[in-house]
Amino acid sequence: MAVDAPTRSPGDGPPVLEGTSEVATPGLEREAERAKARQGFLLGLPTIVYLLLFFVIPLGFVVAYSFATRTRSGRTELRDFNLDAYARLGDDIVMTVAWRSLWMAVVATLICLVLAYPLAYYISTRSPMVRNLMLVGVMIPFWSNFLIRTYAWRVLLDSDGLVTQAFEFIGLGDGRILFTSNAVILGLVYGYLPFMVLPLYAAIERIDWSLVEGARDLYASGWSAFRRVVWPLSRPGVIAGSILVFVPSFGAYVTPAILGGNKEGLLGSYIVLQFLSARNGPVGSAVSVVVLAVMLVATLVYFRSGGKNL
Amino acid sequence: MSKGVAKSTAEPQGFSRWLLRGHSLGVFVFFYAPIVVLCIFSFNDSNAVGNWNGFTLGWYEALFDNDNIQSSIWVSVKVCVFSTVIAVVLGTAGALALERFRWWGQKAFDAVLYLPIIIPDVTMAVMMLVFFNEAAGWLDWIPGIDLQDGLEKLVLSHVAFNISFVSVVVRARLANLDASMEEAAADLYANRWQAFRRVTLPQIMPGVIGGALLAVTISLDDVVVSSFVSAVGGTPLSVFVFGMLRKGVSPLVNSVSVVMLAASMALVLASLVISRASGSEREER
Amino acid sequence: MKAMKKWMRLVALLAVLGVVAASCGSDEESAGADCEAGETDGDLAFFNWSEYMDPDLITAFQDEFGVTVTEDFYPSNEEMFAKVSAGGTGYDVIVPSDYMISILVSEGMILELQKDAIPNHVNVSDKFNDPPFDPGSVHTLAYQWGTTGIGVDLGVTGPDVPLTWGLLFDADLAEEYGLSGRISLLDDPRETVGAALKYLGYSLNSTSADELAEAEAVIADAVSRVAAFDSDQYSELVVAGETIVGHGYSGNFLWDFEEGESEYTYFVPDEGGTKWVDGMAILVDAPHPCTAHAFINFLLDAENGAQLTNYNWYASPNAASEQYIDQEVLDNQIIYPSQATMDRLEFIEDTGDFEIEYTDALTRARG
Repeated sequence: MAVDAPTRSPGDGPPVLEGTSEVATPGLEREAERAKARQGFLLGLPTIVYLLLFFVIPLGFVVAYSFATRTRSGRTELRDFNLDAYARLGDDIVMTVAWRSLWMAVVATLICLVLAYPLAYYISTRSPMVRNLMLVGVMIPFWSNFLIRTYAWRVLLDSDGLVTQAFEFIGLGDGRILFTSNAVILGLVYGYLPFMVLPLYAAIERIDWSLVEGARDLYASGWSAFRRVVWPLSRPGVIAGSILVFVPSFGAYVTPAILGGNKEGLLGSYIVLQFLSARNGPVGSAVSVVVLAVMLVATLVYFRSGGKNL
Repeated sequence: MSKGVAKSTAEPQGFSRWLLRGHSLGVFVFFYAPIVVLCIFSFNDSNAVGNWNGFTLGWYEALFDNDNIQSSIWVSVKVCVFSTVIAVVLGTAGALALERFRWWGQKAFDAVLYLPIIIPDVTMAVMMLVFFNEAAGWLDWIPGIDLQDGLEKLVLSHVAFNISFVSVVVRARLANLDASMEEAAADLYANRWQAFRRVTLPQIMPGVIGGALLAVTISLDDVVVSSFVSAVGGTPLSVFVFGMLRKGVSPLVNSVSVVMLAASMALVLASLVISRASGSEREER
Repeated sequence: MKAMKKWMRLVALLAVLGVVAASCGSDEESAGADCEAGETDGDLAFFNWSEYMDPDLITAFQDEFGVTVTEDFYPSNEEMFAKVSAGGTGYDVIVPSDYMISILVSEGMILELQKDAIPNHVNVSDKFNDPPFDPGSVHTLAYQWGTTGIGVDLGVTGPDVPLTWGLLFDADLAEEYGLSGRISLLDDPRETVGAALKYLGYSLNSTSADELAEAEAVIADAVSRVAAFDSDQYSELVVAGETIVGHGYSGNFLWDFEEGESEYTYFVPDEGGTKWVDGMAILVDAPHPCTAHAFINFLLDAENGAQLTNYNWYASPNAASEQYIDQEVLDNQIIYPSQATMDRLEFIEDTGDFEIEYTDALTRARG
């Protein structure tokens, strides 16, 4: 990480220019800025190189595939570049699938936020030892194995599963939950909840509580102190967590298959079907590229606007 | 920043305090419900997962007799450790470069850093597959890179998505941290590295640890990318289990899970005890 | 604007890089050195369906030839194809199904077998020696075969169920036997759309858009009564009581029926259905082609072939094995269907561009 260990720090100008300080200051600042820019670039360089080699170039292949041609036998050939694959994205079926995936991902993200925020808040008010224990406690279930956990949910949600029985007992719906869209949402929430808890915790833990104290003196009510101080300060965590949950939910295909019985097409399954069953590399790639572009734009716009509505 | 004093402000009083506690307990029940099911059924004397048929240790015996599963566990562990370490270093550096500096090309880097997170698993899987095939020849000149090696391909692709996850978490931590402390430290200490190690790193540590935990989880859990990238003898556990599911989930997979859980819990407890010992020493100073 | 241009240039550059890299890709077919019968040239990497091989056979091969066998598993033909089509995976022997074999052959991805190195190839029954997907069995030799049909929990439906695909698709039958929400279909465009085509009396390899549209309507109508589209767990679901009828492969149902407490049956509907054969093939870029030949020869041995069938309860294409196969397996009409049933079965064949239509039909039918 110590890519660059320059001894100069911003603001240290060479003293020789003292006499002409009024004229030279802008130049010096610019130089200092440039030095800092160089440091930043060098610090980021290994990461940039890595991502360029092992992500951007591979991504280039997918982009190229999306303009390529499928041979009769299902091989993707990089010739006769065309927009056919993109033309198919307007199909009703793709739209239906995309909207349904969007809806599910939004619901899952909101539920995760509602579940995770109080937990993250609670954890960050504990003593360091308890805090660490609880954080690890959040992670441990996720070190078993995704598929095995999801199958365990199947046992809980099936016709005579514990959860189904409990719901029937308290009169909340009847019949099994397995193979419904509720089961899918539950699976998504379960699967990605730690992705919400961790960044939230990281953000809340860092809050300077003396500010909150001040706010409480000012507003009296704990709730408005929370709304006006804690919540805004924790927003970076909310944004990071929401992205980490929303994105995999949007492209999920294992959870819908196992818990939802794959009855309703979702975007993730659609892409898998295109790549594997139809062996239609161009369309699979085109869907992926569009999803990627939309998500990237949404994410960036969201950051620019400071995520005011979350 | 005297947290001890302000703790009383942080924790709500009265009814909402109990609400908060109850909620946290509830979420933990949610986390562990399937884990409990999984543990119970690993002792089930039946081939099917769902129906209880009596107690047996047979699945654990089967696990210890099964070389394939054991070697796949080792593959998973190795890939997880290597990819997490590399991703944490690169991801933290990337986060710092973005949050603490202004430089040319930063916006583009920022955008690219998000891509691995927002890309659908299967797209990532296909692109790594195509890439490793096409690139095997012209990347071999880089020392230490051998794209014929299944393990290495797994590590390289896991790092590719984990960098971003680490950096997102670290950036969330960095965003509101007061940079003036670091700048003061930069003046105080001889160089930026020292300033980083003494001031910045301790402050962002919770973010770094959070990122590392996330990376471990994602690496262990990844099925889709791994199943496309893995090669002969380099089958990680998740991919192995995926294959087993095809012909039915036997409680054997549950026993695998329980062993993995027990091992990771032991590891974590050990590290907590160690860090507690060294931590209390530091606090006394 | 300027930034935009820069991005465009980057994209264009990457696309070009892709083209160049792809055109440098290896297409050369390795001639493959001649192998003697029983000759080995290193350890074997075997890429197979999971739980499709008796581990004892692997051990026996290792002991006899003094090589190590690494076995990896794949869950579907498509995933196997996606992986090996990239090349350089290091696998020697794969076990693709019928339609996948024709794709692999047309893509030049599997070797012509050296029959001299596989003296046991004469054991393969005539019925499997000249399959439509690999004329003359040039590239593959049959491993196991089976059928796709319906598994039923007779404890719920009563002993007399009509032997028709209607159990999966027909609203009246679902009403009569209380099947609503208790049906599973395979999550596989060719199998599921194929079953609907058969139900309508068409070929399951139909390339008629009208017939396909009819089949799509049949599935769309059934979706509200379907619990799940599942290609992995269909038999467990029936045994666990979660479903009553399931669409799936013969051997898996048999295997799981042993575990259940109810009465079960499996049948291929009277309208006809799918039969499938998995064949053993050697990849063009196999690092150890001679060991691969020796391995195929080993599995085609009469007694070894019988051991395999006794283990996984799929039928053996090995004629010489018959005398060693357990009588209860041979007598089982589910594993070895009658000639009358056999005559109604079809192989799934590759339909080229029409594969896309099958996939779309199933996606649309699900809504």
